[in-house]
Amino acid sequence: MQNESLFVIMVSAILVNNFVLSRFLGICPFLGVSKQVETAFGMGMAVTFVMTLAGILTYFVQYFILVPLHYEFLQTVAFILVIASLVQFVEIVLQKMSPTLYQALGVFLPLITTNCAVLGLALLNIQYKFGLLQTVVHSFFAAIGFSLAIVLFAGIREKIEISDVPLPFKGFPVALITASLMSIAFLGFTGLV
Amino acid sequence: MNIKNLTNGLFKENPIFVQLLGMCPTLAVTTSAMNGVGMGLATTSVLVCSNMAISLLRKVIPAKVRIPAFIVVIATFVSIVGMVMEGFVPALFNALGLFIPLIVVNCIILARAESFASKNSIMDSMLDGLGMGLGFTIALTILGSVRELFGNGSIFGVSIFGAAYKPALIMILPPGAFLALGILLAIYNQAQMKKAR
Repeated sequence: MQNESLFVIMVSAILVNNFVLSRFLGICPFLGVSKQVETAFGMGMAVTFVMTLAGILTYFVQYFILVPLHYEFLQTVAFILVIASLVQFVEIVLQKMSPTLYQALGVFLPLITTNCAVLGLALLNIQYKFGLLQTVVHSFFAAIGFSLAIVLFAGIREKIEISDVPLPFKGFPVALITASLMSIAFLGFTGLV
Repeated sequence: MNIKNLTNGLFKENPIFVQLLGMCPTLAVTTSAMNGVGMGLATTSVLVCSNMAISLLRKVIPAKVRIPAFIVVIATFVSIVGMVMEGFVPALFNALGLFIPLIVVNCIILARAESFASKNSIMDSMLDGLGMGLGFTIALTILGSVRELFGNGSIFGVSIFGAAYKPALIMILPPGAFLALGILLAIYNQAQMKKAR
């Protein structure tokens, strides 16, 4: 994994190892915030923003703080603290600098702290021994993959909302089966890289 | 102390089937019944410990910083459980992989900390954690068994359908997770509706 080209990392992060549909990271927002395309898009953008920053930040925490001090066992605690404070920080900065963007993304930001996609991404970057540039590319495109999945899913759910579904399947069950079909479609990309 | 706190999480407020919390590990690790049990028990032990610790600290933690404080408490217990598992059951630890550290961001744990442990006594919080954890374990085991049964023809590694059965591999692959949970939820809903009628 160490020497993979950036293009391979990109394709694999968006399509082959899609965070939602094949790695099962970030399922909560995927199911929770996907009733409308518009909100799904907002969530996707907020996640992209935070995930890219979190990927870079945790890279520095790992290789400049934890490894030199031999505190690798604190990885989980350190990363989740970094992510939680990062989200808080982004929220404060956005509120001050760009009220319009804050209005669009604001409601989603607190939710992102407990989005396992962010912590999962940070841990995966370390596990794959990515360098800084690879980390940036992987973080950004994994988040794009997440956004792609959630926006597509929201589009389908908008249609399901007005169609006639058997009563026991109403709501979450049919949404899960839709996700299953999407996941099958994404399986088709296996072998691409 | 109230025994109802224990049974609440098992059925009436089952975290998976009723509250739909903690979906990521539920879908990801249930490729076999054994993995489901392992993940469920790991989460249960973290949930019991963190509920007890947070209940003890509930008068000390200021309301404004309670979420970061809860997360640190939870992350500590997750690290401990992870190390214990790595030491004693390395095979299971490797099978669950990334999802052990990700117990930190399992919404069930934070939800119980916020809505129960931060308001109730230590014994009640422990029972609540145990009930919710076991409810989670039961749901994961059911899902894992169903997927293993169709995807591999066995439950807990014991062959059920015999050698002639051609496994439906799709049930072990990612799409099978969504499909199995969707159908299980529909069956659960159907049962609830029948009861209501």
